[in-house]
Amino acid sequence: MATIPLSLEQLPQRQRATVAGIAWDRLTAPEGRRLRELGFDEGVGIEVLHRARIGGGPIACRIGRMTVALRRRVAGAIHVDPLTS
Amino acid sequence: MNPAPLVALVGNPNAGKSALFNALTGARQKVGNYPGVTVERHAGRMALPDGRPVELLDLPGTYSLEPSSPDERVTRDVVTGTQAGERLPDAIIVVVDASNLDNHLRFTLQLIALGLPVVVALNMFDLAERDGLKLDPEALARELGVPVIPTVAVRKRGIDDLKETLADLVTPGAMALRRSDPVLHADIATLQRRARQIAMAATISETPVRRWTHMLDSIALHPVFGVLLLFVVLFVMFQAVFFAGAAPADAIAGGFDWLAGLVKQVMPDSILRSLITDGAIAGVGAVIKFLPQILIMFFFILVLEASGYMVRAAFLMDRIMASVGLSGRAFIPLLSSFACAVPGIMSTRTIEDEKDRLTTILIAPLMTCSARLPVYTLVIGAMIPNVRVLPFVGLQGLVMLGLYIMGVAGAFVVALVLRRTVTKGASSGFMMEMPKYQLPSVRDLAIGLWSRAEIFLKRAGTTIAFTTIVLWAMLSFPQVPKGSAVSQVNYSVAGRIANTIEPAFRPIGFNRDIVLALIPAMAAREVSVAALGTVYAIDSSSDDESKMAQTLKKRWSLATALAFLMWFVFAPQCISTIAVTRRETNGWKWPAFMVSYLFVLAYMAAGITYWLATLAGL
Repeated sequence: MATIPLSLEQLPQRQRATVAGIAWDRLTAPEGRRLRELGFDEGVGIEVLHRARIGGGPIACRIGRMTVALRRRVAGAIHVDPLTS
Repeated sequence: MNPAPLVALVGNPNAGKSALFNALTGARQKVGNYPGVTVERHAGRMALPDGRPVELLDLPGTYSLEPSSPDERVTRDVVTGTQAGERLPDAIIVVVDASNLDNHLRFTLQLIALGLPVVVALNMFDLAERDGLKLDPEALARELGVPVIPTVAVRKRGIDDLKETLADLVTPGAMALRRSDPVLHADIATLQRRARQIAMAATISETPVRRWTHMLDSIALHPVFGVLLLFVVLFVMFQAVFFAGAAPADAIAGGFDWLAGLVKQVMPDSILRSLITDGAIAGVGAVIKFLPQILIMFFFILVLEASGYMVRAAFLMDRIMASVGLSGRAFIPLLSSFACAVPGIMSTRTIEDEKDRLTTILIAPLMTCSARLPVYTLVIGAMIPNVRVLPFVGLQGLVMLGLYIMGVAGAFVVALVLRRTVTKGASSGFMMEMPKYQLPSVRDLAIGLWSRAEIFLKRAGTTIAFTTIVLWAMLSFPQVPKGSAVSQVNYSVAGRIANTIEPAFRPIGFNRDIVLALIPAMAAREVSVAALGTVYAIDSSSDDESKMAQTLKKRWSLATALAFLMWFVFAPQCISTIAVTRRETNGWKWPAFMVSYLFVLAYMAAGITYWLATLAGL
């Protein structure tokens, strides 16, 4: 786990990171399952691509080789480790 | 004789499964329904290189064997041999996206573990290369222990190789390749890690290139330009539906008129002739003339889906839809409902969550469909003064816009209420894969359009034809005795019903003539225009609309006219919408609920309008 917990929601756009951990207890069972199915897992590379800024809309992120859209609340449950390069 | 071997196409969503299905079967396919669920069964026939026929089944895309929607449940039940009305497939074609191996291989591992003969179609091989990914299909086959064939379904590449391999798999007596790898039965995280290892082993090199999907997305998902682009797309779509659809719709209506005229020439005047011309031909014609508009609408929907843009539109609209408890996915079905609620409700199938989907179906009729336009045009033209309230802004146009806005506002309020009451439940949220942009193939579009047209025509030929004939009978029986001064409409069952229920509508300003016109409007809303004509004993050959307008002016107060318009914003019409709701929700419960709540809303809205207008002295 990262020393300073940073969620996917706070991750700056285009900043590469890896998934540090996921707070499963903050997600419903179907949400958690779908996240796993979409490949969200510790250690996987992740990056925020787009944010629908108006009024806190969803975010689009790259996970592995896939682009996935999710709502901010779910993004807030995903902890990330930014990669320093 | 043994039936042809059954082969199932399985894969993640966005793996290009349906394109592969179309490439393998061509036009020889059939769309049906699984018993008891609203999941479409896509089946087709293909011939193996040695001439043997194979029945091919296109199963709904899913991420795993743990279903989270009815579609996904069908997929799991078919491949495990527990789906009612389907035999266990003899072999499986697993379709994987070549540029997304990490993710798609996990599901592949689950499918291989089932023990059925498997061939993997490494699809969209060209797109992976475009993305700078070099793969080794042989290494992948070694790791997985099953044959792997690179394919490009949209360009029909690799199809022959796939058929050759399939021929080996479905040969009786051929040993299925079974592996007893313990990891195959492991949990999802372990499978995922194993999938990543295999993907790594099968990847020769990976050159990072700037993917143009990302470049397009930086415009399509842009908070300003993206929204602008979406509005341009919608504008073009509506223009096409209303203008390009109008001419063929008129041609079809003309064709049915001609047919009715022909029958009138060759048959003597009788009840049977009236049944054929006024009942069957007029009724079915009134519905089929919407086919061009429905097809144009579906053309746009299919292009938007296949190109990958639809998910972007959902992304942009998710925030607004979330505010009433829906997801971005509901946006397109609701949009389609502005043309006609029937294709709108049919396209709610893309919504995974059952409760989201149900709510969307229930509010779809509140979007002002094109059938309401003739009614609005007539009444507004007759009753609202043609004055300018601002430069370039006429009062008539303003009232029209107001009616559209009333519908949308009503839909949002209803959604909000439904999500807290009858369709209560945890929102599934909005979590979806955004596929790469792709040029849709003409063949896939044509096949998609054809299957939509078939479903629509089948319904027009059965349910709708039946109900229009019932309505015809209600207006034609009992027959007026010869020499009576009473008109047929007034004497008929419908006329008597109108007389009976009229007191219930009197408080909201509706007279008996209006109530009577509402009965045939159940078949199709715009029929009420013709019905009013009949009631007012005007020859309603529809070019007499100015005469109609004058009659309305004489007989209706402005308050009544406004109440009538408000009724049409919310009214539970038409039969086609009710029928398609029954089909899509699998029973009479939800269509009954929809009709009731719309009726209450329509009554209240018309009533409040009438009372306020009367108070204002209109």
